[in-house]
Amino acid sequence: MTIELTELSAQHTSDAAARRARSRHWAEFRLKAYGIIAISLAAAALVILASTIVVRTVGTVYEYYISIDVELDLRERDLARINDPDPRIRADLRSVIRDGLRGTVEGDLGRAERRQLFALTSGDAGFELGDLVKADRQLLGETLRFRALLDDEVQLYLKGKIGELHDAGSFGTVTPRKIEGSDEIELGLSPLALAEGRAMLQEARAAAAKLERAEASRQAAAVAQTEADIAEATDASQEEKKRLEDLLSRFTTARDAANARADALLRKATDRSAYFRLTSGDPSIILRLNGGWLKVTALSQERLAGIELDPLDSLDPPDEGDWQALLFDRPESERNISDRQLVWLENLERSGTLDRAFNWRILSQSDSSNAELAGIWGALVGSFWTMMVTFLIAFPVGVLAAIYLEEFAPKNRVTDLIEVNINNLAAVPSIVFGLLGLLLFVSGLKFNVFGMEIMIGGFVPRSSPMAGGMVLALMTLPTIIIAARASIRAVPPSIRDAALAIGASKLQTATHHVLPLAMPGIMTGTIIGMAQALGETAPLLMVGMNSFIQEPPASPLEPGNVLPTLIYQWNNHSERLFDDKTAAAISILLIFLVAMNALAVLLRKRFERRW
Amino acid sequence: MDSRIKIASKNVNVYYGTTHAIKNVSLDIEDRAVTAFIGPSGCGKSTFLRCLNRMNDTIDICRVTGDIALDGTDIYGREVDPVQLRARVGMVFQKPNPFPKSIFDNVAYGPRIHGLAQNKADLDAIVEQSLRRAAIWDEVKDRLDEPGTGLSGGQQQRLCIARAVATAPEVLLMDEPCSALDPIATAQVEELIDELRQSYSVVIVTHSMQQAARVSQKTAFFHLGDMLEYDETSKIFTNPENEKTQQYITGRFG
Amino acid sequence: MLPFVVLAIMVIAIIAFQLCRSKAVASAGGTLALLHSRPSYHGVYSLLWVLIIGLGVFIALDLIGFAIVDSLMRGELDNLLASTGETLRQIEKDLRISDAIKIVRGGLASSEGPIRLELADYFAGLERWRIGVVAVGSLAAAGGAFYVTYQQVAVGFRARNRSERILRSILWTAAAIAVLTTIGIVLSLIGETMHFFFTQIDGRFDAFFFGTTWSPLSGVHSGVMDPTKVGAIPLFAGTLMITMIAMLVAVPIGLFAAIYLSDFASASARAWAKPMLEVLAGVPTVVYGFFAAITVAPFIRDFGEAVGLSVASESALAAGIVMGIMIIPFISSLSDDVINAVPQSLRDGSYGLGATKAETIRKVILPAALPGIVSAVLLGMSRAIGETMIVVMAAGQGANLTWNPLEAVTTVTVQIVMLLTGDTDMATASGPAFTLGFTLFCVTLLLNVVALRIVRSYREMYD
Repeated sequence: MTIELTELSAQHTSDAAARRARSRHWAEFRLKAYGIIAISLAAAALVILASTIVVRTVGTVYEYYISIDVELDLRERDLARINDPDPRIRADLRSVIRDGLRGTVEGDLGRAERRQLFALTSGDAGFELGDLVKADRQLLGETLRFRALLDDEVQLYLKGKIGELHDAGSFGTVTPRKIEGSDEIELGLSPLALAEGRAMLQEARAAAAKLERAEASRQAAAVAQTEADIAEATDASQEEKKRLEDLLSRFTTARDAANARADALLRKATDRSAYFRLTSGDPSIILRLNGGWLKVTALSQERLAGIELDPLDSLDPPDEGDWQALLFDRPESERNISDRQLVWLENLERSGTLDRAFNWRILSQSDSSNAELAGIWGALVGSFWTMMVTFLIAFPVGVLAAIYLEEFAPKNRVTDLIEVNINNLAAVPSIVFGLLGLLLFVSGLKFNVFGMEIMIGGFVPRSSPMAGGMVLALMTLPTIIIAARASIRAVPPSIRDAALAIGASKLQTATHHVLPLAMPGIMTGTIIGMAQALGETAPLLMVGMNSFIQEPPASPLEPGNVLPTLIYQWNNHSERLFDDKTAAAISILLIFLVAMNALAVLLRKRFERRW
Repeated sequence: MDSRIKIASKNVNVYYGTTHAIKNVSLDIEDRAVTAFIGPSGCGKSTFLRCLNRMNDTIDICRVTGDIALDGTDIYGREVDPVQLRARVGMVFQKPNPFPKSIFDNVAYGPRIHGLAQNKADLDAIVEQSLRRAAIWDEVKDRLDEPGTGLSGGQQQRLCIARAVATAPEVLLMDEPCSALDPIATAQVEELIDELRQSYSVVIVTHSMQQAARVSQKTAFFHLGDMLEYDETSKIFTNPENEKTQQYITGRFG
Repeated sequence: MLPFVVLAIMVIAIIAFQLCRSKAVASAGGTLALLHSRPSYHGVYSLLWVLIIGLGVFIALDLIGFAIVDSLMRGELDNLLASTGETLRQIEKDLRISDAIKIVRGGLASSEGPIRLELADYFAGLERWRIGVVAVGSLAAAGGAFYVTYQQVAVGFRARNRSERILRSILWTAAAIAVLTTIGIVLSLIGETMHFFFTQIDGRFDAFFFGTTWSPLSGVHSGVMDPTKVGAIPLFAGTLMITMIAMLVAVPIGLFAAIYLSDFASASARAWAKPMLEVLAGVPTVVYGFFAAITVAPFIRDFGEAVGLSVASESALAAGIVMGIMIIPFISSLSDDVINAVPQSLRDGSYGLGATKAETIRKVILPAALPGIVSAVLLGMSRAIGETMIVVMAAGQGANLTWNPLEAVTTVTVQIVMLLTGDTDMATASGPAFTLGFTLFCVTLLLNVVALRIVRSYREMYD
């Protein structure tokens, strides 16, 4: 009892208290800062997510075409398909397209070169031309200027996503000369420029060697880890040991191979020999002179050698400035577009044969294994059917259930059970609903009753929007019931009392008075539930809605997929254009979701009533 | 010494957004005395009370102008820390609001955050003295570990008073401390207030004129944001100068 | 054809409504007050019965007919095959049957062989019978229902009470569907789970719950699995690791964001931060999966490489971080709710004693809101455990038992998807897949029940 409370008051104005207050405020500032950091992190995540999608979507806004002259002088088989009245029979006029493509480049082409040339256009360009002719048979026998869609890798290149040919600098005068007994052409050039080029190539090789070395050390780490595992696993099963041994030998091989590649590169990087040969692993050096293109294959002290990618008009020495050295940093072996294709595209671009158009295709076409052709129309239709099924089941059932639970249900254990059940159902992982749908709707539950096999369910075709819609309906049901109950509960009892007092039955009160007043709230909840269903993927994978769908389903019973599963499928493709297309599909999905949520917010604002 | 001024306020105005809640109120509160604020609902007496320890700061739209000085220092001054101010000017609320903690922790809360106790023994002593001061020690001394929310309403309110006292304030503000209590608990709290007057300057807002008459030495009458009259309690209740005061006291409105 | 039958039943129902109503009016003989129920209730009563009986019989006949047609088709196909001496796998048989149906219905069949055409003929015959039986049967049932109810119309007939009773049972049925769903989930999962435990792995529960090697489809002999390869521990460990990483991201960020928004933020900061978090909550999981696979995983791998760590391109860290981002809004909005539910009087009490906001939050609000926050975390965990798309797209597929978050691990949900969508035999793969699904269901259900119970008791404390 040594403390006198009133004397303690003096402490509040002491210096110690002031110091203490400072540290207390500092603690408060820290807490506030944590909050701001937390919100900023969440915002940053959102911004990065959004920009990832937007940036990639932008890459799909345009698609690229080449205009070629095609002679519609068809072969027998193609003619038969063109003349077939069934609109589903399509003709592939790829040979016509190929003939047209031949007309766009100079010189004779070997087999491999022809293949490279034909690879410039999409695999489906022939079908598109066929469709064009089928729609207008008057064109038969005519010559037509046709815009053929370009291949996905070519499109990526034209969008600058693979790299670009850039100016390597100017290097004085050159004197071209044909090398006897070889395809190569020799050019005399200033030794300084040649030394510079050689240094650049050596640097690139050293850098590549470094990357290989890093890969080798990664594999070496794996080897060490596996060796440790083996040492530990003395009492493991024979099989386990075998698995580890296999793993070890795989890692060892990979490590040694990477080391060997690195050694080879280093050796080449330090190559001091007079004659320096370029490989496909080196950056490409390409010369433009006398109306043609040369690819450099070797450098010596005062000359370089090259092969013609596109024939030169003459071998006269060009004026300084009339020729150009270009560089493509990514080696030919690391891209799907060859040097020859590069110079053809360069020529075509200069002659105005290439153009781009807004990419309606992604909206109007269905899925395809060719990245440049794939579109979302089929999935959009599938999503539409799925949502229709979901809505037609979940909305009426949800509203009726909510009316029962709020207006009629006696307060007893059964009602309690239903209530707990609905809350728990809302938190069951979506994939579990998918399992239920797979078994109940698609495969059917088989029971063995007294030796007789009885099957329940299993009446919905796999992969159909009907199956997906029913699963999503079960998933959305709790959301709708919870929202509907909340808005029914929000209708004041006075309105019920008023209706009951003038002799309306409970059912009449509920349907005539309570339900109309609760409707805006129910609609808001339903739209939010439907938006969730629209973005749902996992349960639909279970009922097989990730199938490859080239035609939009004509009814909810035909196989189809939906936008989210299409996104999932596209994400699995390795073609790089699919990455961008996936982002575009996501953008479209998000547009729908934003629109639905905006509608919900609007409804809430418009009809919100405070009782 | 007896009539020393503890809080001097001059031309205080309070605005809630665009509402002018307190209009130009000037009044001085004496040390070691009980001052009562009376008036009809919504007259601004609670608002004014909350200005005295800057509790209004926690409301975003609230704005206070004028001078309020505690022992001659402007409490709205730049260098004044509202947190430290509130340690000197404690507050008890209308509804008992014990924290969902033990009785001991409830009372020890203030001393702990303000660092009043150097050690556990000191803290125990402060808690015991506060509970004794709040006249609840005998009822709770055997169950200090039980939650404060388990006490009865009157006990809870006295616990809240003990909690306020434990912070060692110089002024105690009480915002209708008995309005949620039954008559017996009210009587206990009133008795307590009378005792607290020995050590603190107490300001109490009340709806009950009887209560004001019983516990206070000075009384201020508020009406629609104006302070109409401020005087000795006995004078206000026997011979008010203002007509409105007269009407209110005699029960013609309010 | 069959949609027209449905339409016809509806037309009969409307006619029944009109006729019964006029009969009721006629039977009252001008004084409608004599009727126990208003004429339209007599109409509604008849209409409901016609619809229930007509559509019920329609659906029943249709399903039964479909099953009969299907088994007859299979029998016929077997006959046809026996006559040509061909043997086909089940999937090839299915293809022929679906092609035959397509030929009849005018779709584009994958090819048109003689067997298909014969089968198509057979199907066309069956289909005519089926449609005939369904149409006649259901229309007759609807007509019968109309006849009976029409006879019942009389002055004293309690049509209103009876039709309301019917409507009430319809309402009840709707409410029961929610319960039926749960029962359906449990039933369908349990059946396959039992099949897995008792038939496929011969009662070796320990092999599933404690085994450390997961490769159920390797070494399957006539439907029986190798018990040494069905150990789910690597999946549980992987799920747990990714969930923990997600919670390490989501709980601090979500909680601090909630604290900031409820007690520090200005109204304008709240006005943009809350919708921002809602947007984060509305992003579909497949989009998060894409984000994880295309942005976060490569970033983490490159970053790891830059500092000299070897990071798998499908590291648990990437999937976990993105999952954490997904759960942030979940934690923050639930925590925000419970923090706001702490009464203002407690805050005032603390401020009145001279506590700072930070002290008030730490010592008064958080302890008071703790049960709610705990349940928010539990619900978030349950969501993370059941989350599928992010891990399917960004986590590994091989079962790998490791403590290193930079390596690839797999999860329960990934394995379910792989087993059921891969190039696998459904009959074998569904055993382990549904067993994993059942485990998932039980764990998340437990978390939810506990969390909801905590929330409920917490609500009662302050209501």
